[in-house]
Amino acid sequence: MNNPLYQKNIISIADLSRSDLELILETAHSLKQTPQPTLLNNKVIASCFFEASTRTRLSFETAVQRLGGSVIGFDSGGNTSLAQKGETLADSVKVISSYADAFFMRHPQEGAARLASEFTSVPVINGGDGSNQHPTQTLLDLFTIYETQARLDKLNIAFVGDLKYGRTVHSLAQALSLFDCNFYFISPEALAMPDYIIEELTERNISFSLHSSIEEVVDELDILYMTRVQKERFDETEYQHMKSAFLLNASMLGNVKDNLKVLHPLPRIDEIDQDVDSTSYAYYFQQAQNGVFARQALLALLLTNHFQAKP
Amino acid sequence: MQKKLQVEAIEQGSVIDHIPAQQGVKILKFFNFTKTNEKITIGLNLATESGESKDLIKIENTFFNDKQANQLALFAPNATINQIKDFKVVNKFKVQLPSSFIDVLSCPNSNCISHNEPVQSRFYVKQKQTLKLKCHYCEKSFERSTFDELD
Repeated sequence: MNNPLYQKNIISIADLSRSDLELILETAHSLKQTPQPTLLNNKVIASCFFEASTRTRLSFETAVQRLGGSVIGFDSGGNTSLAQKGETLADSVKVISSYADAFFMRHPQEGAARLASEFTSVPVINGGDGSNQHPTQTLLDLFTIYETQARLDKLNIAFVGDLKYGRTVHSLAQALSLFDCNFYFISPEALAMPDYIIEELTERNISFSLHSSIEEVVDELDILYMTRVQKERFDETEYQHMKSAFLLNASMLGNVKDNLKVLHPLPRIDEIDQDVDSTSYAYYFQQAQNGVFARQALLALLLTNHFQAKP
Repeated sequence: MQKKLQVEAIEQGSVIDHIPAQQGVKILKFFNFTKTNEKITIGLNLATESGESKDLIKIENTFFNDKQANQLALFAPNATINQIKDFKVVNKFKVQLPSSFIDVLSCPNSNCISHNEPVQSRFYVKQKQTLKLKCHYCEKSFERSTFDELD
């Protein structure tokens, strides 16, 4: 049976339908349960990081190797002809993609992955383009929610921290808006969810509410998605005054639902106290590990037409 | 009230009417009419019945194709184009906002990849009232007033 993602590009989460997302999550689940160490034998994947990254690159390259493929590429743009000789990105990707079966990239400029996909004949996976999109992060977040809750519908999901600048929370909220969830946005007023996201959710009749502290809603939640409120965005006094409303510690989890899971895209600084790590609610390290399975799922679907996820 | 001919009639060509004030000169520049040898008559800040001001352009021996007519919507979303032959209006149509604009505008996002690469800029109409356009590449949306036209 053909899969609809075969030889497609993964550029923006908005390009994926609900059934595409479900297929990716089922495939990730299957690959986590039943590893496929030879699925990408003889496939070469280009891993092109025009901007440095730690987790995304390592998790992607791990995904390729766990499926039996090989990786070529570079881990920062500084040594490329693009940076040193002024080559266009279009020319760079045209050449690199002629060596590889798929192309995974991160770039500091918005739109770079979309542009690259127009100059290559192999699938492009966006690993982050400036402040725009990071779809594989969203897919691993969705997979983790699906894995811990056994569904994506009718969940109470809180997003905490910097909701204004965090592309991770924007993309995740957009993807989850295809499912009938209830959102709680918890942030300082200056870092509230941007208008365009609020407008999209309103157009889709998604239920959401705004809050100024975690404790207001924590007992109702299925998922608590934490991000960091960056100190640099406030003056010292203001930051000290409001920071506690957006920090999580174990004592706040006394009356929460049993199925609550706390997620975080990492790295964390102090927004989740280490005393949360040993509770049954902490799931951020498993979430990071799920990045490997979500990326394996994409590679399997983009590069093999006949791979069947096992339920 | 005595009717006055505000701008001289033309024998053959196009009359673009209902251009918002301040946009007439931009349209001349955008369509390179400042470099043509055809006779052009332009009226700026002309009074309308509703009391607002408008600009108007008459250009001889020049007709707009559909693409150009659609591009006019960027400057004058309610403009009408009258095609004139033998001093008579033989065709009159309103400009239509297209669903996208290709190679016309520059992305206001300075970090958008479209600026330094061999691609045509492309924007999709996201909102018609208070025109808002979304960049095909960086996916950011901007109001019309924040855009510059490409040279």
